[in-house]
Amino acid sequence: MNATWTVVVVVSVVTIAIKGLGPMLLGGRPLPPRMSAVVALLAPALLAALVAVNTLGGDRELVVDARLPGVLAAAVAIKLKAPVLIVVIVAALVTAGVRALTG
Amino acid sequence: MTEPSGGRTHRDGVRAVVPLAVAVVGFGVSFGVLARAAGMGSVAPIVMSLATFAGSAQFAAASILGSGGTVVASITAAVLLNARYGPIGVSVAPSLSGGWWSRFLHAQLTVDESWAISAEGDGRFNPKVLLGAGVTLYAAWVTGTVLGVAFGDVIGDPSTWGLDAAFPALFLALLVPQLRDRRAVGATAVGAAIAIVLTPFTPAGVPIIAASLACLLGLGKRDETPPEEAGR
Repeated sequence: MNATWTVVVVVSVVTIAIKGLGPMLLGGRPLPPRMSAVVALLAPALLAALVAVNTLGGDRELVVDARLPGVLAAAVAIKLKAPVLIVVIVAALVTAGVRALTG
Repeated sequence: MTEPSGGRTHRDGVRAVVPLAVAVVGFGVSFGVLARAAGMGSVAPIVMSLATFAGSAQFAAASILGSGGTVVASITAAVLLNARYGPIGVSVAPSLSGGWWSRFLHAQLTVDESWAISAEGDGRFNPKVLLGAGVTLYAAWVTGTVLGVAFGDVIGDPSTWGLDAAFPALFLALLVPQLRDRRAVGATAVGAAIAIVLTPFTPAGVPIIAASLACLLGLGKRDETPPEEAGR
């Protein structure tokens, strides 16, 4: 098996296992209260990290580029109670615009 | 539009994720182009999208192979990036009530976007929304990959269209309704801080898994529930 297929097969199998593990082992029954208090905070913690990394993350560095004004514009749209679709479109348009002007 | 309710269906999941699916097709095309350029051929990238369904990990694996990196480096980067699906899977698990095969299917269709859209905001996830959004994103990702492999650079770089900003914007839009009490706000602040501080010092993927540790704020803080929540 060559390098490409080794990577494809190993990454796929490991990913399927990582994704499946929690739901296969823990699914279908409620967690103990202390644990569910912890699990309930996974969503905000991970979402916050995803926002941060997708806005400022570079190749092992923090980068301020056209994504930041796009996400700030999205924050304003959220504050104005815009629907998610509009929020996403605003972010893309502002980022594309800033990139076109500065690129 | 994303009023939390138990009544959302598969169709709501599809509808909510369509704008993101457009962006995902764009990135699927990029992955197809990059993977071909990295010498992965045309079949392997498509098989990878079908079997792995995790964009950032696939990009990392392909770009490392393309720049002459080793198989081990490529696999390690991809696995680190996908390690967040461990805690994400744990967060979804209590909301999945079907048999093991149903839970397995829902788990495989869980990606950042379908997971975030299916959140009800109270720690629960809607399995129907997860499935509808997940299938839509899967179709978009695989279609994009096939187009990228087949038509190469006819279609431009999705970042020209600002599509890379669509993802953090979505995550932010889905984060805000989660900020219902002090603990959620605390987990958000600590999670973001961990991710930002670690980004320059650790391989990609590590900052996000490490940020999941912010959920430990949920331990032993029951008696500090803010007054407005005390009546529950």
